[in-house]
Amino acid sequence: MKILVCVSKTPDTTARIAFKDSNTVFDSNGVQFIMNPYDEWYALVRAVELVEAGGGSVTLINVGREDNDTILRKGLAIGADDAVRIDAEADSAFFVASQIAAYAKEQSFDLVLLGKETIDYNGSEVGSMLAQLLDMPFVSHASDMQVSGSEATISREIEGGTEVLSAALPLVVSAAKGLAEQRIPNMKGIMGAKRKPLAVIPPVAVAGRTQTVAFSVPEAKGAVRMIDPDNMEELVRLLHEESKVI
Amino acid sequence: MVLVFAEHQNGQLKKAALEAASYGSKAAALLSTDCAAVVIGSPENAALLGNYGVKTVYQINEEALKHFDTRLHTAAIAQLVRSIGAQLVVLSHSATGKSLLGSLSVALEAGSVSGVNTLPSMEGGFVVGKNVFSGKAQAKIAINTDIKVISLAGNALQPEITGDAAASISTFTPDLPAARVKVVEQKTVQGIVPLPEAERVVSAGRGVKDPGNWGIIEELATELGATTACSRPVADSGWRPHHEHVGQTGIAIRPNLYIAIGISGAIQHLAGVNNSKVIVVINKDAEAPFFKAADYGVVGDLFDVVPKLTQAIRAFKAGA
Ligand SMILES: Cc1cc2nc3c(=O)[nH]c(=O)nc-3n(C[C@H](O)[C@H](O)[C@H](O)COP(=O)(O)OP(=O)(O)OC[C@H]3O[C@@H](n4cnc5c(N)ncnc54)[C@H](O)[C@@H]3O)c2cc1C
Ligand SMILES: Nc1ncnc2c1ncn2[C@@H]1O[C@H](COP(=O)(O)O)[C@@H](O)[C@H]1O
Repeated sequence: MKILVCVSKTPDTTARIAFKDSNTVFDSNGVQFIMNPYDEWYALVRAVELVEAGGGSVTLINVGREDNDTILRKGLAIGADDAVRIDAEADSAFFVASQIAAYAKEQSFDLVLLGKETIDYNGSEVGSMLAQLLDMPFVSHASDMQVSGSEATISREIEGGTEVLSAALPLVVSAAKGLAEQRIPNMKGIMGAKRKPLAVIPPVAVAGRTQTVAFSVPEAKGAVRMIDPDNMEELVRLLHEESKVI
Repeated sequence: MVLVFAEHQNGQLKKAALEAASYGSKAAALLSTDCAAVVIGSPENAALLGNYGVKTVYQINEEALKHFDTRLHTAAIAQLVRSIGAQLVVLSHSATGKSLLGSLSVALEAGSVSGVNTLPSMEGGFVVGKNVFSGKAQAKIAINTDIKVISLAGNALQPEITGDAAASISTFTPDLPAARVKVVEQKTVQGIVPLPEAERVVSAGRGVKDPGNWGIIEELATELGATTACSRPVADSGWRPHHEHVGQTGIAIRPNLYIAIGISGAIQHLAGVNNSKVIVVINKDAEAPFFKAADYGVVGDLFDVVPKLTQAIRAFKAGA
């Protein structure tokens, strides 16, 4: 089975978020980046497990600049076979999906796996865009996936429950928690990753459909109001009269 | 025309559908046009959308759409958008809306923005706002295409009743491709408000110590009419189901009231809840980081404080 796993990088959650150029551009100065957890812990690990069990290959793909090679190397250390980086600024979900679709169309993957969302822009857009561009069915929020022959059985989270579905490959599947267990790359993986292929290819031309005009940082919350643990009546009164939430 | 995709569950419109309808009709006013809605299936109260400013509700009743399927739903809605000439499509930022946004935008060659939390501003184009970086910042994004698709963040705007005219109901019959995905089984828990829709949330962390102690959390939630949630370690150790885990790697919520009990307030947890309107923190450690993000704080042992709070709410409700 040939699997493509889309990986992105996001600022570490503890990163200080600031902007530059009159609040129009994210200031990545001094920011620590990590592989998006949904991509790393769930999508990639499940792909590696499927190939370990049934043969095939896992290709990683990222749309981004050279500094993203570190996350691709990490993905190779976790167990992917090769990696492709499309050398362009990932400036919108549509741009990213179009780039990945252009590459995937030439390769005929059986399965395209990605994270349910990136934790920086929380878009959850790339997956269903990609599926539509590739004319493949899309299954989002997968928390379990078994593949037997060319048939996949997937559990997905729905509001207030779960749903089990079956579908023939090829498919685009977005990963949620539960799909796999996080794997820490070991020394052998890290050493091996250095010798695995990482191809850098140019982007295709895509006209932008959206544009980020500006960012702003919300005002800090006012000081917390402390309430005596023996006076919960006072808390109830404040929630009712002051903040009007009950 | 603005077209709102109104979601429903168990025969009733979801609160998210009313929010989307309210948003859609306000956006329609800004664009000097009308607002219509589409429902897949037949919720009992579809005409009620009229109260929120929707003029026409298009019903699509197709057996093939009984279960959600991104490709088929996209085809159906895209055809309706084309046939009524809609220029803006408003989805909810729910599991369903998230799955549809990208594919609909591709099908309609439309620019899209997910998780929108402001009405569009028409100055210099069509600009909407959304949270980014786990709620640590807000972005303003312009959509440049003729057709625009957005998903509306839950609880970003209260649904507003603007009249009492029932919406007229019409039927739309799309031409659907063959399904390639088959639903084998569906398991849903009935009767509780799903977390993303909940207005009040009572959440607990490792401070509860043992799954057997969850009862006091449940009692407070029941008394408040709240939905329960938990921190990641609580879900990871199997005390609570995964769908209750909030935070950076769980779900992000923005209820009116979030009560955090025995949760330290790690940044990854805050990322999922810091947009709540009012945050109450109950923790025995006065130095717990969560207090910095709270509106009201109580330093005390949760096994003592929580039953007292439940009792105080019960007394308040009896008196009100
Ligand atoms: C990449 C990444 C992603 C993550 N994503 C998430 C996420 O999405 N959601 C999430 O929640 N976490 C997430 N985490 C984990 C997060 O960093 C914290 O470890 C976690 O939130 C801590 O959970 P907790 O507050 O329940 O437990 P603890 O940190 O152990 O806190 C327990 C709290 O309970 C208090 N307490 C104990 N006993 C009592 C008592 N009797 N009465 C009152 N208070 C008491 C303590 O003072 C303490 O503050 C993530 C971590 C990483 C690295
Ligand atoms: N620049 C990128 N390169 C490759 N994959 C990406 C990129 N951005 C997002 N993705 C993938 O798309 C998923 C959903 O992202 P998003 O739609 O931005 O929330 C992520 O979890 C990744 O798997």
